[in-house]
Amino acid sequence: MGQITLNQITKSFGETQVIPPLDLRIEEGEFVVFVGPSGCGKSTLLRLIAGLEDVSSGHIEIDGRDVTDVPPAQRGLAMVFQSYALYPHMSVRKNIAFPLRMAGMDEAEQKKRVERAATVLNLTDYLDRRPGQLSGGQRQRVAIGRAIVREPAAFLFDEPLSNLDAALRHGMRMEIGELHQSLATTMIYVTHDQVEAMTMADKIVVLRAGVIEQVGSPLELYREPRNLFVAGFIGSPTMNLLTGPEAKKHDATTIGVRPEHIEAGDPDASPWSGTVGISEHLGSDTFLHVHGTGLAETITVRADGEVPLRHGDRVGLTPHPDRIHRFDAKGLRIA
Amino acid sequence: MARAVSSRARLGWSAVAWVIGLLIFFPILWTILTSFKTESEAIASPPSLVFFDWTLENYEVVQERSNYARFLWNSIVIAGGSTLLGVLIAVPAAWAMAFQPTRRTKDILLWMLSTKMLPAVGVLYPIYLICIRLGVLDSKIALVVILMLINLPIIVWMLYTYFREIPGEILEAARMDGASLRSEILYVLTPMAIPGIASTVLLNFILAWNEAFWTLNLTAVSAAPLTAFIASYSSPEGLFFAKLSAASTMAIAPILILGWFSQKQLVRGLTFGAVK
Amino acid sequence: MATKASASAARLMMAPAVTLLLGWMLVPLVMTLYFSFADYRPLRGAFEPWIGFENYERFVTSSSFWDAVTTTLTMVGGILVITVCFGILLALLLDKPIYGQGVVRILVIAPFFVMPTVSALVWKNMMMDPVNGILSHVWRFFGAAPHDWLVQTPTLSIILIVSWQWLPFATLILLTAIQSLDGEQLEAAEMDGAPPLKRFWFIILPHLSRAITIVILIQTIFLLSIFAEIFVTTQGSFGTRTLTYLVYQRVLESQNVGLGSAGGIIAVILANIVAIFLMRIVGKNLDA
Repeated sequence: MGQITLNQITKSFGETQVIPPLDLRIEEGEFVVFVGPSGCGKSTLLRLIAGLEDVSSGHIEIDGRDVTDVPPAQRGLAMVFQSYALYPHMSVRKNIAFPLRMAGMDEAEQKKRVERAATVLNLTDYLDRRPGQLSGGQRQRVAIGRAIVREPAAFLFDEPLSNLDAALRHGMRMEIGELHQSLATTMIYVTHDQVEAMTMADKIVVLRAGVIEQVGSPLELYREPRNLFVAGFIGSPTMNLLTGPEAKKHDATTIGVRPEHIEAGDPDASPWSGTVGISEHLGSDTFLHVHGTGLAETITVRADGEVPLRHGDRVGLTPHPDRIHRFDAKGLRIA
Repeated sequence: MARAVSSRARLGWSAVAWVIGLLIFFPILWTILTSFKTESEAIASPPSLVFFDWTLENYEVVQERSNYARFLWNSIVIAGGSTLLGVLIAVPAAWAMAFQPTRRTKDILLWMLSTKMLPAVGVLYPIYLICIRLGVLDSKIALVVILMLINLPIIVWMLYTYFREIPGEILEAARMDGASLRSEILYVLTPMAIPGIASTVLLNFILAWNEAFWTLNLTAVSAAPLTAFIASYSSPEGLFFAKLSAASTMAIAPILILGWFSQKQLVRGLTFGAVK
Repeated sequence: MATKASASAARLMMAPAVTLLLGWMLVPLVMTLYFSFADYRPLRGAFEPWIGFENYERFVTSSSFWDAVTTTLTMVGGILVITVCFGILLALLLDKPIYGQGVVRILVIAPFFVMPTVSALVWKNMMMDPVNGILSHVWRFFGAAPHDWLVQTPTLSIILIVSWQWLPFATLILLTAIQSLDGEQLEAAEMDGAPPLKRFWFIILPHLSRAITIVILIQTIFLLSIFAEIFVTTQGSFGTRTLTYLVYQRVLESQNVGLGSAGGIIAVILANIVAIFLMRIVGKNLDA
């Protein structure tokens, strides 16, 4: 249940091809995140899997069955939309029961499943309300409830948390993670937020302009970004990228060092040095933005939370030698 | 603008607004009052506002003498028929334009609107002639069709703007939830579209009820609605203030009540969505 | 939404509405155009299918045409000025916090729902009648001689009646527009030291400009075909014959269909000039 294969699929809108031929295999029970900047085709890809858009060519298989020409309703998938897409004229109970009603399930079973879902999602007290009377987080839960009751082969999430505020988003992230642990169903999750991707995914698919840049576990992507795009996209704050003589020293066109792999220390005893510009004190960490190193305009460094450096202080920087990523002229990783 | 306003300022503005509101409403109020007076009180000088002998006599007389019920019935059939027919034709069209837009959708909408701007006199004689040839002059069916046609652009436009507000994701959600096209229309779209359809019906019923070019020019006796019935009072020999008032009150009362419900839709419907 | 299956169904769903409107627009218009080049007077049995532009020439050169154009412009212009100016004031007033706002709104809007024949008759007899009209009572109360509105100032009277009917429309649209104005903008202007009058002039009025344009265009289109109000009050006499009324008289009263049709075509052209501007605005709004 829930193994999805994309075989040479493409999608064009009129003359413009938004997804060039693409292959992808999603294993049963995996939590896969499609991540990339807006307009990279990640939502389109999800909608192709859902069947809400026709593929221009290629094949989609779910559990070995070719579903390329199967309408969305019969693909056995459930989707949670960015706007939640709840039916405003139905109570929460009816919203959640809707897919079951469409499947012609008997009333008693419907009721049982809706109540079970409501318990899992803490919605029991709200079952008779309308979506308009719920908060954003509650609506999100209703949308998820509507998806889980039908026990689909896979869940599709289209940027489900982007309409929530930061605190709620963190909570919902945990809940969706928990849900995946308990259901062990395949989940495909689209987001532009790399933090969501890193924290939730078993497997991340990084997309740019319809092309898969890299597929791998969060740590693989973090440790060995295949190219400059992935290197810059994954990780927060973003990786420092240096060109010029410093890169040459490592036989590369560009080298990259993550802020957490640079040590701040004595300016006279470090290979690099510069002046502290803005320093962001987060408590647990301090992010120093260092200028005047002669390497790049700014180098970001993650230092200890209580580091005593202030604006204008001189600081020395030591990159961790094992953690320097090297890229060639085409931006590809040099192994 | 959420700011505490001194209650004195509020009282002042309220007084001004009420005075102006009542002045604007006065002709209607006066008509209603006069309809309960006797003919002699109606032309008494100075006129009395409320201290007169209230009577329902005028309503009875108008009712008997002019066969009021028939005109009322004609109005209901013509306004109701043209609106329902229009909605039946417009719903699929608006639906298609809102949910399956193509590059030409906008042009079609604007073209439909442009037909609304055709001055009626420009086509008066041909329509008159066609009605005679088809033997439908002074018939309700002709007016139902004509009023449907002149209001069709507004109906399509209003429905279109309402349908467009139904988010596409909801329809996709229904599709994902396993709804067939039939259930999608039955359980999701229709319930969501009904408020919009109801407002459209309401406003267009009012517009058709009050239409006074075609109803005056294409009816004589048998199909004449209330607009024509009232116009018949303009000849001096039929003029009795109190009875005229009673007839007028009966003609406008139902619409004033419906109009109260349709204030919001009025703006939207008559500006073709350009002001919301 | 872009699946192949439903695209052709859409065309089918639009077909009835499009066909009907196309027929409604083309058939009578082509007939009018045809008649306008003919000498067609059914009462005298005259029918001469092609007389060139003679009807147009006669229609345009007759003094009644230019009188009708002047009357039409005076009426439309007068009504527009009154409804827009008072509409703005009323909208500003209704936007204030007032007790019983809902009721006042209804009172102000009510005239729009009164059928044109009723409002014309009510004004003619109950308000403007030289003997029994309320206005005459008011005039007498202040010691003035009653004014015979529809005889002495017929055009003004009709302007007043129609303005009364359309004022609610203008008010309602302008009120909607005022309410969409961002309150913070006004507060910012207040912080910047702009007194109320300046705030109105520099912030509220520019914000309303689009709504005002729409009011003017839509009303113009409807006002160009005022009919019932004239039909009921003056029957086009005393210089109240508008272009619409003139065409009506030529076509249905004197049954000179050729001449009237030429007038009808001219009315269509004039209305279309206004319509083009309106469509531009509506069309732009459609993209947004």
